[in-house]
Amino acid sequence: MTGDQSTGDPFVRFQEVQKSYDGETLVVKNLNLDIANGEFLTMLGPSGSGKTTCLMMLAGFETPTHGKIVLDGAPLNDVPPHKRDIGMVFQNYALFPHMTVAENLAFPLHVRKMGKAEVEQRVQRALDMVQLGPFGGRRPMQLSGGQQQRVAVARALVFDPKLVLMDEPLGALDKQLREQMQFEIKHIHDNLGITVVYVTHDQSEALTMSNRIAVFNDGIIQQLAPPADLYERPDNAFVAQFIGENNKLTGKVSAVDGDQCSVELESGEKVTAMSISHSGVGQPTMLSIRPERVMIGDDVKDCDVHVDARVQELIYLGDHIRTRLTVCGRDDFVVKIPNSTDRAGLVPGNEISLGWRTRDCRALDMPDNL
Amino acid sequence: MQNSASAAIVTADGQPLKVSLARALRRQRMFALALVAPLFIFVAISFIIPIADMLFRSVENGIVEEILPQTVKALESWDETSGELPDEAVFAAMVADLKVARKERTNTKVGQRLNYERSGMSSLFRGAGRKAGRIKEAPYKEQLIKSDKDWGKIVTWQVIKQFSPNLTPGYYLASVDAMQTPEGEIRFEDSEKAIHTKLFIRTMIMSVVITLMTLLLGFPIAYLIATQPAKIGNLLIILVLLPFWTSLLVRTTSWIALLQQQGVINDILVFIGIISDDGRLTMIHNATGSVIAMTHILLPFMVLPLYSVMKTVPPTYMRAATSLGAHPWPAFWKVYFPNTVPGIGAGAILVFILAIGYYITPELVGGTSGTFISNRIAFHIQNSLNWGLAAALGAVLLVIVLVFYLLYDKIVGIDNMKLG
Repeated sequence: MTGDQSTGDPFVRFQEVQKSYDGETLVVKNLNLDIANGEFLTMLGPSGSGKTTCLMMLAGFETPTHGKIVLDGAPLNDVPPHKRDIGMVFQNYALFPHMTVAENLAFPLHVRKMGKAEVEQRVQRALDMVQLGPFGGRRPMQLSGGQQQRVAVARALVFDPKLVLMDEPLGALDKQLREQMQFEIKHIHDNLGITVVYVTHDQSEALTMSNRIAVFNDGIIQQLAPPADLYERPDNAFVAQFIGENNKLTGKVSAVDGDQCSVELESGEKVTAMSISHSGVGQPTMLSIRPERVMIGDDVKDCDVHVDARVQELIYLGDHIRTRLTVCGRDDFVVKIPNSTDRAGLVPGNEISLGWRTRDCRALDMPDNL
Repeated sequence: MQNSASAAIVTADGQPLKVSLARALRRQRMFALALVAPLFIFVAISFIIPIADMLFRSVENGIVEEILPQTVKALESWDETSGELPDEAVFAAMVADLKVARKERTNTKVGQRLNYERSGMSSLFRGAGRKAGRIKEAPYKEQLIKSDKDWGKIVTWQVIKQFSPNLTPGYYLASVDAMQTPEGEIRFEDSEKAIHTKLFIRTMIMSVVITLMTLLLGFPIAYLIATQPAKIGNLLIILVLLPFWTSLLVRTTSWIALLQQQGVINDILVFIGIISDDGRLTMIHNATGSVIAMTHILLPFMVLPLYSVMKTVPPTYMRAATSLGAHPWPAFWKVYFPNTVPGIGAGAILVFILAIGYYITPELVGGTSGTFISNRIAFHIQNSLNWGLAAALGAVLLVIVLVFYLLYDKIVGIDNMKLG
């Protein structure tokens, strides 16, 4: 899907955008981002990473300090928010409490001077879309959180905007409702084929819903990729640690050979890894291996890398067993073992052998906090 | 079913559950009552009793019967519409009453009371005390009329009879510029003489104007304070509250300094040539002065409730409205403004009720055209000593405020009011 979208003009383009609030620090540093028509793009990152600022610049509530934003071929910098034709779902929904649900939905249509019959028809269609058909006469306060959320989504879509922005829209819901709403929003996106820019700090939400995810940190996009790539092929240490669970081993790059390199770990072992974003031979690096890519038992003989480990702790989680081990001097190495495999020898204190394939181990930059 | 079932429940010691529960709660309830008691007693003494006393005074009229008991009794058989003077017995009773009254020096009191209803009664009774002392024997009628020919007027006796009952509507009638004729009809004063009605209407109009002015000036201030970062907002709130730390008298008199004909504002206007030196504006000691000074003094009472409500309106409402395509101005009117209505209601009703009973400022800067009904009430309490009329005026004012309150409740709903 992304392959098709990368051709032709992008629908939204951030071009060398910078933003500073105080004139001393940049909240957004030189952002370049293209979003294709019909894409569901998520901006993911910890708080203060600049993702919400980017969304607000796109909506028009903040002005870029430098650079330009283009929507559908037209530069947006001098267009006031009410003329941008961008629907937005806010964190706390921002439903107008003095209007009924139907009046809330009719608001964007009334300001567009739409005829009465058409307004009614569109409002009803939008209500049906979010399965709130009979609730038009209620006030937002009389609805549950999930229903309010749906009204907010319907209101952002009812006037057929060019683009829909969502600013952590599910943050106020409980876990179960949040997961249900993720699917509903995803289905609405699939059915309408509308372009969505979604901001969240919840990685599972981002992985579930998005076509592509832009991981923000420190005002910079760390990696822009589809969910599977992001998880399986993180470009740098930040992404590897931010998305999903990650085992890290630290060492020095001793040699580089094509797309692979060999690394001498702090504990003395030498391993090979994919050469991704380290700073070169002789420089420190962080190796990243996903817990479910580490093998034990009979599978170890297929592995490219073998190491010895001491079992520290077993946590039974039903479908899998989480095992914490000491590997190469680090005692926070985690392996996920499917419940079906033979668990012989998995007793705390035992020495076992484990291994992984070179392509699952990525040599990344050394983060400051390690 | 359910009742009999629950009545059957008993505690471990065999007591019905309800009895045990009531006993357990009694101690708490007594404690709560004890906590409330001081305030309740304070409110009763300082608020409920004075208002009850005021309402009583506005209809109370025991003085005539108290000082002229025999006359009041004798007048019962007299038909005031007959067109004839009362008979000898009434005059005899009056002379007897006057003799007693003179001894107790109360004859001037009843004269003063009746003088509210008909001028001349005060001097009649003042003189009569002495003159009645000289009348030793019958015929009382002839001698009394001889001593003062007013005793020979039917209207004198009509007034005495009319105001001999213990309760009277007279003060209320007077407070709306009406009176009861001796024949029992209610007659209103000519409109140019109807001073109380005029003052009530003026008080209401000016209070409405002041309320609108505070709203007009206070709304942008409250909006500014509510939308500023906390640091600047708090500073602005202090500036709004600053006038409270200055004496009301100082604030009012400073307006005299600013607004008078030789005052700062006139001087500036003359200096920049907007008005000529002999065309100086009269802005004080009239209605303009009252409105300006009171708008300034009551402004915080509008700003504070507005601010507290605006603080609760999330800024995302405006953002949502503009993102939905509304120009900032309609977004403000259709989305932000309706959410501030509870604050406007609270501020308006607060300012209006304070303004309608305001006294000091109109007294100082109101002149003759800018005084309120409260100034008239003060006049009757301090100068004319007609407390009954003052009480009736106060009661009418109270009723007006209550009517406005009920109207507000009907139109806006008192539940929608938010003071903070």
